[in-house]
Amino acid sequence: MSTLVLLVATGLGLAGLYFLLAAGLSLIFGLMDVLNLAHGAFFALGGYMAWTTMELLGFIQSVALRFVVALLVAAAAGYLIGVVIERLLIARNYGDHLVQILITLGLGFAGVALLGGLYSYDPRALDQPEWFTQTTTLLGARIPNSRILIFAIAAAILAGLLIFLNRTRHGLVIRAGVENREMVSALGIDVGKSFTLVFGIGGMLAAIGGVLGAVYFNGITPSLGTTQLIFAFIVVVIGGLGSVVGTAIAAVLVALTQQLLNFYAVTGAGDIAVVVLLALVLLARPQGLLGRQAR
Amino acid sequence: MNPTPVAAEESSTDSATNPPTAEKEGPGQTAVADRSAASRRMGLGVLVVCAGVLAALPLIDVSIPVVLPGPISSPGSMQILGIGLVFAGLAVSYDLLFGFTGLLSLGHALYFALGVYGTNLLMDVLELPYAVAALIAVVGVATIAAALGALALRARGVAFAMVTLAYAEVFSILVLADPLRISGGEEGLALASAQVPDFLNGVMNSHRRYWLALVFLVVTYAIARAATSSLAGRVWEAVRENEDRVELLGLKPFGFKLLAFTLGCTLAGAGGSVYLLLVRGANPGVAGANFTLALLVMVVLGGAGRLWGAALGGLVYGLLDLRLGALGNSGVLDGLPDWVERVLSEPLFVLGTLFVLLMVFAPGGIAGLADRLIPDRTRGRERP
Repeated sequence: MSTLVLLVATGLGLAGLYFLLAAGLSLIFGLMDVLNLAHGAFFALGGYMAWTTMELLGFIQSVALRFVVALLVAAAAGYLIGVVIERLLIARNYGDHLVQILITLGLGFAGVALLGGLYSYDPRALDQPEWFTQTTTLLGARIPNSRILIFAIAAAILAGLLIFLNRTRHGLVIRAGVENREMVSALGIDVGKSFTLVFGIGGMLAAIGGVLGAVYFNGITPSLGTTQLIFAFIVVVIGGLGSVVGTAIAAVLVALTQQLLNFYAVTGAGDIAVVVLLALVLLARPQGLLGRQAR
Repeated sequence: MNPTPVAAEESSTDSATNPPTAEKEGPGQTAVADRSAASRRMGLGVLVVCAGVLAALPLIDVSIPVVLPGPISSPGSMQILGIGLVFAGLAVSYDLLFGFTGLLSLGHALYFALGVYGTNLLMDVLELPYAVAALIAVVGVATIAAALGALALRARGVAFAMVTLAYAEVFSILVLADPLRISGGEEGLALASAQVPDFLNGVMNSHRRYWLALVFLVVTYAIARAATSSLAGRVWEAVRENEDRVELLGLKPFGFKLLAFTLGCTLAGAGGSVYLLLVRGANPGVAGANFTLALLVMVVLGGAGRLWGAALGGLVYGLLDLRLGALGNSGVLDGLPDWVERVLSEPLFVLGTLFVLLMVFAPGGIAGLADRLIPDRTRGRERP
């Protein structure tokens, strides 16, 4: 029983990471029809920004304070770089989705290689506050606090994202744009601004994911994000393109399937089961769990 | 959201560079058709000359510094050029799916890797001679591609891309986790050289392996050329331009798409069995998602929807990928700060950046650039 609880708790931590990566992807795709293949590089970028910040702030005694600052720096960097890339490269090619996808593909390659050249391909471990490595006993299982924290942060971001989408004007435009982009532009609203905003938010979420991923995997490597990106894609498709809640549900579903089967069956069985799950969802419900019916 | 399939979205990228979708003769169009036939014959002549030059390379003893590690005929250079030729053939096979039919498959590496691993395992486990093993592997790849393709093609556009990506990922995970203890995990497999005929084995025969790679490229190119100028090839391009309209005209796109998918994947499998000999082993890297993305870069680098463009893109990518690392040791970058040198020595950084710039400034790839520089009406490739 306690093993099961531990596995579920760890799985929920992983689900948090998947959600952070997949939510941005899903929104970007839902609004702009662009599959952002550079998303994994944003994830890695977040991890390295945090690592560098932690190193630079070495004079601060409290590791927890340094970690919080590093998380904020990484989030801001992810947002800014997302906005710059969207304005500089993606915005030039509105209306040509394939070119946009290919640009993100090239950026993904270049970004990972850039990080590899700067930081080498060996894993870099983040300093973690002592509390992270301690455990909390829940239902007889000793769960590492970092797993709980990752899940809590992801849940808070989900709540924040939903409030942003449902309660603010920007969110309203984004939701309307996902529903029918042409109509929104026809009503005289500058959808381009929402594109930039969504790209920035996506970059920010991925960068936060990278910082937490560095904690979860005990270190960050340039290609870590790209590896996770494939599962994030699966989460996006299962959840339904453009649906934040669908993405969250799918993230939990995918991460738990993966964790439980990798432990109780053979290592690798969980990864394959996730792909089978994807195939089943696509056959039974091609638009994903909460996706809109294709028109 | 606009559910238009990716196929339709691609049309705008390629519209400037693609051959016309129909060359049917109509009243007043015979002159165009004549010119087009003449240009096809001329194109064929250029291709034969290119193949002849490539075939003669092993006889040349000239060194090209930085680009190649030694004289062209040296084993090291022969290997690099041979890999470049295999990549060129692979890019052509991928262009059939992506450039001509508009199928954004993100799992093409799977069929290549099946060719690599399948051939080696058949030689290793069943002790079959190389030629037989390669043949069985290619037939196997064709069967698997047809089965997987039939399922994946139920989805369109980005969903299709995701399903193909997922297939490739399963295989990649299986190869790395190696539950049956046959694929060698992260180490990969060494070539079962006992089953390879003597005239293709050993350092001294590197030029013959190069020729084998050239044969693969030429055969692939010939098949792709014949296929794309056949009736089915016309339908492929129509599917890429507007799948719904093809359906409306009474044709079932599914069968045509499956044909393109299976043909492209089978050719990739054949490339795998040649690649196995060139690099003397099977490396799990060829099964990874990054390799598929590299193929996409090759095709787009050269110019999607143009066979010679894809081939050139594959060759250029292969040489850059294998030799950019040597740039760092060549002394060209000395004097730059250490970190700049390290970043510039990353082949994927240079390639990725180059690719982004190409996409922003010349979305038609090398073939598109050539079209812009040499406006040639006789090619009949102009469109209003």
